[in-house]
Amino acid sequence: MIEIKNLHANIEGKEILKGLTLNVKAGEVHAIMGPNGAGKSTLASILAGREEYEITAGEITFDGADLLELSTEERAREGLFLAFQYPVEIPGVSNVNFLRTALNEIREAKGQDPISAKEFMALVREKSKIVELDSKLASRSVNEGFSGGEKKRNEIFQMAMLNPKLAVLDETDSGLDIDALRIVAKGVNSLKSPKNASIVITHYQRLLDHIVPDFVHVLYDGRIVKTGGKELALELEDKGYDWIKEELQVS
Amino acid sequence: MAQYTENELAKDLEDQDYKFGFVTDVETETIRQGLDEGIIRLISTKKEEPEWLLKYRLTAFAAWQKMTEPEWAHVRYKKPDFQKITYFAAPKQSKKYESWDDVDPEMKETMAKLGISLEEQKKLTGVAVDFVMDSVSVATSFKSKLKELGIIFCSFSEAVQDYPELVQEHMGTIVPHTDNFYAALNAAVFTDGSFCYIPKGVRCPMELSTYFRINAEGTGQFERTLVVADEGAYVSYLEGCTAPQRDENQLHAAVVELKALKDAEIKYSTVQNWYPGDKNGVGGIFNFVTKRGLCETNAKISWTQVETGSAVTWKYPSCILKGDHSVGEFYSVAVTNNYQQADTGTKMIHLGKNTKSTIISKGISAGNSQNSYRGLVQIHKKAHKARNFSQCDSLLMTDHCGAHTFPYIECKNPSAQIEHEATTSKIGEDQLFYCKQRGISEEKAISLIVNGYCKEVLNQLPMEFAVEAQKLLAISLEGSVG
Repeated sequence: MIEIKNLHANIEGKEILKGLTLNVKAGEVHAIMGPNGAGKSTLASILAGREEYEITAGEITFDGADLLELSTEERAREGLFLAFQYPVEIPGVSNVNFLRTALNEIREAKGQDPISAKEFMALVREKSKIVELDSKLASRSVNEGFSGGEKKRNEIFQMAMLNPKLAVLDETDSGLDIDALRIVAKGVNSLKSPKNASIVITHYQRLLDHIVPDFVHVLYDGRIVKTGGKELALELEDKGYDWIKEELQVS
Repeated sequence: MAQYTENELAKDLEDQDYKFGFVTDVETETIRQGLDEGIIRLISTKKEEPEWLLKYRLTAFAAWQKMTEPEWAHVRYKKPDFQKITYFAAPKQSKKYESWDDVDPEMKETMAKLGISLEEQKKLTGVAVDFVMDSVSVATSFKSKLKELGIIFCSFSEAVQDYPELVQEHMGTIVPHTDNFYAALNAAVFTDGSFCYIPKGVRCPMELSTYFRINAEGTGQFERTLVVADEGAYVSYLEGCTAPQRDENQLHAAVVELKALKDAEIKYSTVQNWYPGDKNGVGGIFNFVTKRGLCETNAKISWTQVETGSAVTWKYPSCILKGDHSVGEFYSVAVTNNYQQADTGTKMIHLGKNTKSTIISKGISAGNSQNSYRGLVQIHKKAHKARNFSQCDSLLMTDHCGAHTFPYIECKNPSAQIEHEATTSKIGEDQLFYCKQRGISEEKAISLIVNGYCKEVLNQLPMEFAVEAQKLLAISLEGSVG
């Protein structure tokens, strides 16, 4: 699905990613954990195509294509979705109108006709249930006046609507209470299929109680320094990151 | 509003240049350039006007000659040479059309290009249209149907001939000929426009619409609109404007007067899309317009404007809230791009008790443009418990444009309540990125964000106008983020 090889990236002259390599196959869930400042959100931003970052070396192949050659919107249309850590408010633009525009842009890129109003509304009803999103929120302005939990649920709702190949969840669990966390995780799980994959970036193990990863990676100082199964997350929760740092220094 | 699909928008964006820039090849009758008493007499004669109107024109002309062009607005432009303008241009063979079939096919084509196919409209939307090209009104549809209700909707010239008492009674009572430099000029040389009268207690069953079009070269357009809603009447009135693309600056100096008698309501909507000049600021219309309405007891006037065109705009649709409990509203979206300049806003003059006014102004500046809101809220001594709410928002699309707000408040009654809110923001990179991450192209993202920002104003427009306005906003702001 996505192959990241020896990725180096700078922002304002400072190197953040220093040779990151990651390979995600269809049907897999990968968790990326790591201390603050390790480069987790940078990775998410680069995958989505934020322009502030300068890629100095490495390559990313997404579904056979050179991801770095694609614009942000082209990546999205190819099926890459980023659930934002801080979803943006767009006053005056209803969630439904926003999603319908997005969905039709994606369909158009695939040579499909725009979705009919009836089909679209049926889809909204179906998918909003997944994240237990009040149907009123669908007609309100995008994220405007939403609580933290509602914003995150809205991200997952959008993901469900757009049905991406690869979903990148950037600290979707931050700021969520346990109920919201459960709902978000349920949403992500229900979207899992052998054809798509997700990268779950998180600080805490608790999200991984609900979204069970196939692999857990530790991102530290711009590189993946350790990879394991879901038990690695528990170990990290238990012991923190210091032992990894020490291990690295020894080697 | 959701009817307008993204595909239609995409199609419009492909053709992003000013799409009304064409010239219609009709034979035009013009008079010599320049301005003097002789010209005014000539216009009056051509229009077979009564003596009182000629007198009115000449008085206005005398007043105008003593006035100087105002310089207080936040705009810079080369003042027009009033001797180099042609004050009367008329498509020939335009005498009077008995029916739609008599209209020149070229003219019909022009209307179709402007998206106002009268034939379609007649059948489908039930909008009565008056079409004013250059100096004269070309066609008014639906006249007979309106007549059954006692509604008069016709060109100003016809009104002068057919309803002289009504015109004489109301004309110049709200915007006197001495009001300002351009209003005086208009009073002296106006050539046509629209007239509308809604009788007591009648609710006009359809939108009344006037389409103004400058076609001929070197001409100015000076039209007058007079709308009178008698006691308890209601009317919704739409006004659209376009002009060909030319390197010269053409002058448009209109006067609009609205009179809402006791318990009457007038809703006046404008989508102004005069040619704005090219990317380097060459050419474009100077749009110097005086619009004002008067409300008697318990009456209401709502101005809604979407201003995307013109090189320079100078326009303050205002309400005089004379009667107790009367209501004035002003909803405005003003977009400036490239080198456009707009100085626009409103005056709310509270004279009566319990009068109420609302001002919602949304300015959008792009390119190197300058966009100013100028507003006056005036509460007079006797206006007990008058209330005003003003909200002025500015959105900046680039680093080189300007947004300015000049709110004036004069309050002489301590029981009044006045609120003013203002914000200035730059279009968010984060918002754009968020949209793009969902697969939405930058242009469409801008259009979404801007339309969202203007929603409160666009919601005030009748449906088909709102769609038109949305398209215009998108086209006006094509490629403007920087």
